Amino acid sequence: MEVPILKQGSFLIATVQAALSDADLLQFRSALIQYVVRSRSQGVILDVTDLDVLDSFASRTIREISLMIRLRGAETVIVGIQPEVAFAMVQLGLTMEGVATALDLDEGLQYLNHRSKTATS
Amino acid sequence: MLRKNDGALGTTSQGPVVEPFTRSEPTSLLLRELVGHLRQNRTQLREDWVSRITEAQLLTAMTKEEIFAEATSVYDSYVEVLQTGTFEALQTYARNLSERIIPRGVETNEVVGIVLLLRDVLARSLFAKYQADFEKLDRILDAYEPAANRIANTVAVGFVQERERVIRQQQEAIRELSTPVLQVRERLLILPIIGVIDPQRARQLTEQLLRGIRTNRAKVVVIDITGVAAMDATVANHLVQTVEASRLLGASSIVTGLSPEIAQTLVNIGVDLGKMNTVGDLQGGIEQAERLLGYKVVQLAEAN
Repeated sequence: MEVPILKQGSFLIATVQAALSDADLLQFRSALIQYVVRSRSQGVILDVTDLDVLDSFASRTIREISLMIRLRGAETVIVGIQPEVAFAMVQLGLTMEGVATALDLDEGLQYLNHRSKTATS
Repeated sequence: MLRKNDGALGTTSQGPVVEPFTRSEPTSLLLRELVGHLRQNRTQLREDWVSRITEAQLLTAMTKEEIFAEATSVYDSYVEVLQTGTFEALQTYARNLSERIIPRGVETNEVVGIVLLLRDVLARSLFAKYQADFEKLDRILDAYEPAANRIANTVAVGFVQERERVIRQQQEAIRELSTPVLQVRERLLILPIIGVIDPQRARQLTEQLLRGIRTNRAKVVVIDITGVAAMDATVANHLVQTVEASRLLGASSIVTGLSPEIAQTLVNIGVDLGKMNTVGDLQGGIEQAERLLGYKVVQLAEAN
């Protein structure tokens, strides 16, 4: 199953639709870090609203994606983590350190806009 | 669930003799005689009992008249149980009585004490009445004691159940009252924590906060722990989890009101709160939150 990656202005939006297998996640990771430079994007929004489970592999991969994208010169923000998922994650010690998070897509876009503005000015 | 227990409890104290309080012909005859005796001497025995209660300094929270009124009802239901062998009415009465006297601070030992006193008073009157005929006394006691034990049990269990119900109710109320999530400005929430944080409550706090963050679209949360008396590694850990979970929803947290004692303990036990944004008091926390959100509070004129 493939995760659609949409370009919106200077940002990419990837909506993770349903629970992905580990292989899907890894494939998604390489697709995204290739596409981010090819599309000359400044930021990436990873929307996980639909996920009601985020296991350790998934959160580690998401964190890695964020760090890799930073090395490729763009910002990442994770949006739409559900309250129950957030609670389960901290209980498992998966805190996504160093990764930006926002409430939803709207907030994520605002965050990236703000970041790119402060970066250029 | 608890109510079902009293059958089992009753069995243990009354022994295998009477279960479920069956009455063979002679027992029933004896009980009838017994009930007759108790009815006849109602006034005398009741007064004996009340004076024994006062002597033993039980039910000090109640006036003499009240004790007498309750004693009368208890006495009558006691006799009724002996006569009919059914405990439902007594159970209801015991629950009722407990409901009335628990708020006045009557203790479990007092309730058990008065029922045991009544048992004593009645047994003594039986001794006095049948002292000439020892064999009869023996048989009367055989009929009386299991029933009396079971009555004492019913009343005590009823009292304890009522007490537990009250305690549960109060715990529930405290739990509901103690975790408000308040919005003080657009996108700014305050979570004042008061009292003890146990794992269950920490979980509830976090859940409510996360829900509040989502519904109010909060960006900043001020967690005020002025009302938390003590903190150990576990509680600190809960706090860190709450902060981290909020961050996953895109809200940053400010913790305020760490007392000097708590600060010392946390440093002494080596809990690292370095990742957390802490501010001295609630006012400071709100001010910093306003800065983060881009608010500027301006005083328009001197207050009178």
